[in-house]
Amino acid sequence: MTAEWKTMTPEQKYEALWAKFLSTEGKPFASPQVAELYRHRVQRLKDVCELKKPDSVPILLAVGNYVAEYAGISHGDMMYDYDKMAEAILKFNVDFDLDYQVAGNGLPGKAFDRLGFRTYRWPGNGLPKHMPFQMVEDEYMLPDEYDQLIADPEGFFLRVYMPRIMKSLEGWKMLPSLYGVMELPMALILLGTLTVPAVQEGFQAWIDAGRLAAEFFAAAGKAGAQLTFQHGMPNYLGGFTKAPFDIIGDTLRGTRGIMIDMYRQPDKVLAAVERLVPIATQMGIEAAMSAGLPLVFIPLHKGADGFMSTKDFNRFYWPTLKAVCEGLIAAGCVPFLFVEGGYNERLDALADSPLPAGKSMWMFDYTDLTEVKKKLGSWACFGGNVPVSLFYAGTPQQMADHVKKLIDTVGQDGGYFIAPGAVIDNARPENLHAFIQTAREYGKY
Amino acid sequence: MAQELVQAIADLNEKEAVALTRSLLEKGVSPLEVLDDCRAAMQIVGERFEAKQAFIPELIFAGEILKQITEIVKPYLQREATAGKKLGKVVIGTVQGDIHDIGKNIVVFMLEINGFDVTDLGVDVPADRFVQAVKENGAGIVGLSGFLTVAYEPMKQTVQALRSAVPGVKIMIGGGPINEQIREYTGADAWGKNAVDAVVIAKQWVGA
Repeated sequence: MTAEWKTMTPEQKYEALWAKFLSTEGKPFASPQVAELYRHRVQRLKDVCELKKPDSVPILLAVGNYVAEYAGISHGDMMYDYDKMAEAILKFNVDFDLDYQVAGNGLPGKAFDRLGFRTYRWPGNGLPKHMPFQMVEDEYMLPDEYDQLIADPEGFFLRVYMPRIMKSLEGWKMLPSLYGVMELPMALILLGTLTVPAVQEGFQAWIDAGRLAAEFFAAAGKAGAQLTFQHGMPNYLGGFTKAPFDIIGDTLRGTRGIMIDMYRQPDKVLAAVERLVPIATQMGIEAAMSAGLPLVFIPLHKGADGFMSTKDFNRFYWPTLKAVCEGLIAAGCVPFLFVEGGYNERLDALADSPLPAGKSMWMFDYTDLTEVKKKLGSWACFGGNVPVSLFYAGTPQQMADHVKKLIDTVGQDGGYFIAPGAVIDNARPENLHAFIQTAREYGKY
Repeated sequence: MAQELVQAIADLNEKEAVALTRSLLEKGVSPLEVLDDCRAAMQIVGERFEAKQAFIPELIFAGEILKQITEIVKPYLQREATAGKKLGKVVIGTVQGDIHDIGKNIVVFMLEINGFDVTDLGVDVPADRFVQAVKENGAGIVGLSGFLTVAYEPMKQTVQALRSAVPGVKIMIGGGPINEQIREYTGADAWGKNAVDAVVIAKQWVGA
């Protein structure tokens, strides 16, 4: 980070990040018209984030596996054939004429193979080509490992978690403390460990994975740049981070594990989520900075209605998630909360403990947006609520009616975007067209 | 009935529940009675879940306590039947293409607690395995689970396969992306948004 950046206020950082996102100067746009289209779309996003009313309702999509399905390639190709992946991304975005580009579920499968990830199965690793990647829930962190995680999260990841979830990194269990590098004689322990073949194999796998991933990044980057510079479609999500409770509950302890911990060792869970706040914050900031845009995507999982009581939500989930959001905002970023499931019973708790106005965006799945508008509308930009089932099993007419109703009831005053409730993995093209067309025509202010 | 034990389990007081179980058994109380207390306690937890006083952590932790008690009770059980009359048979599984099972496992657990004889086929279950299982054990109810929208189509196919092979079997579906629209699309008889819904539906179907 530049010296100047360090002296800037959160507001100045916020403006600087948006300015960078908005800027078309020196970027290879196909024409001034495309550049203007791009700038206009980014500005529309900034306006709603700041709870203003732009020229029309922004249309945001969250699309996962449907990109591959629509383009007629397998989920396996989406992770192994990067040229096909790039073509699929281009075809999807261009055919549906999106305002903001989406990338689908393309991932560097070859790199993951080399590392030997065990937390997921994907086509090529335990699943057939036609099936999308899926997480395998398990206790990848044991119930008695909280103290280790809390004392040194990165050390725990390096020497315990990573060797456990990646076959090629098993040798890293042996890695000693890195602090020995302070003194030449003390560094001997580290160097001695580096002579062990299993440790070397871990580093070799890491290097190979980097090479294999480069191929993926080149293809994905090229497709993204083409959409931005030829079609004026901004990529709207920069960073990615998670709620501290979900970090532990999703891929460390698992649903069952963390829920039992809430009873057997609640203080450890609380200390751990607290400890993860600066880490989750930093993860979001780093990714946003490298993408050069302020929005940080945060998918919310285990705080949804039914997953815990509101009392527990206020104790285990929201305080540290809120701290992450505040940390992101202090760094000029905009948390983009992707609220899966229902949050109807959480709205009062959120309303009682708000974020700074005009600095966060919320995409809801099953939450009643009329209530969202009433309770959070004074500080939160929001959208969502078009059910993924409607994209798949509905008709274009039903879709058009739903979109119009949303715009009529909650979209009249700005601070609002239209979006699906969750990630679209399966859809009918005519329903997706109806979503976009209706929103485009009916969403004009 | 040992009211204290029922209360300790229902209030998720793990240590007390375990200690009470031990002392009851040592005092010579029948292991079947202890299991009845467990059922009564789980009934209360289920009711609290329905009334939104208990949530998934409470269900999971109650299940954890129950598992421990069952382990303690086991050596005391001789050849006595471990449970009373079953309400009915249910075949359940996550449909083909989807490997998620947390939600399904909670449903299995709640159905069992409520007296159903449940055959759990696991995850990524093809339609013909559902058909085969129903034919084999004569279950009257099938539960199809799915966490991803990728489950929509296999659910529909499984419903069709069941309809033609075992007409009369009742089919319920559930999971994150399931709603009335998907029930209609798949042709299932009912859908539920959580484990309590599944119990309510199954009980209705067996007339309990």
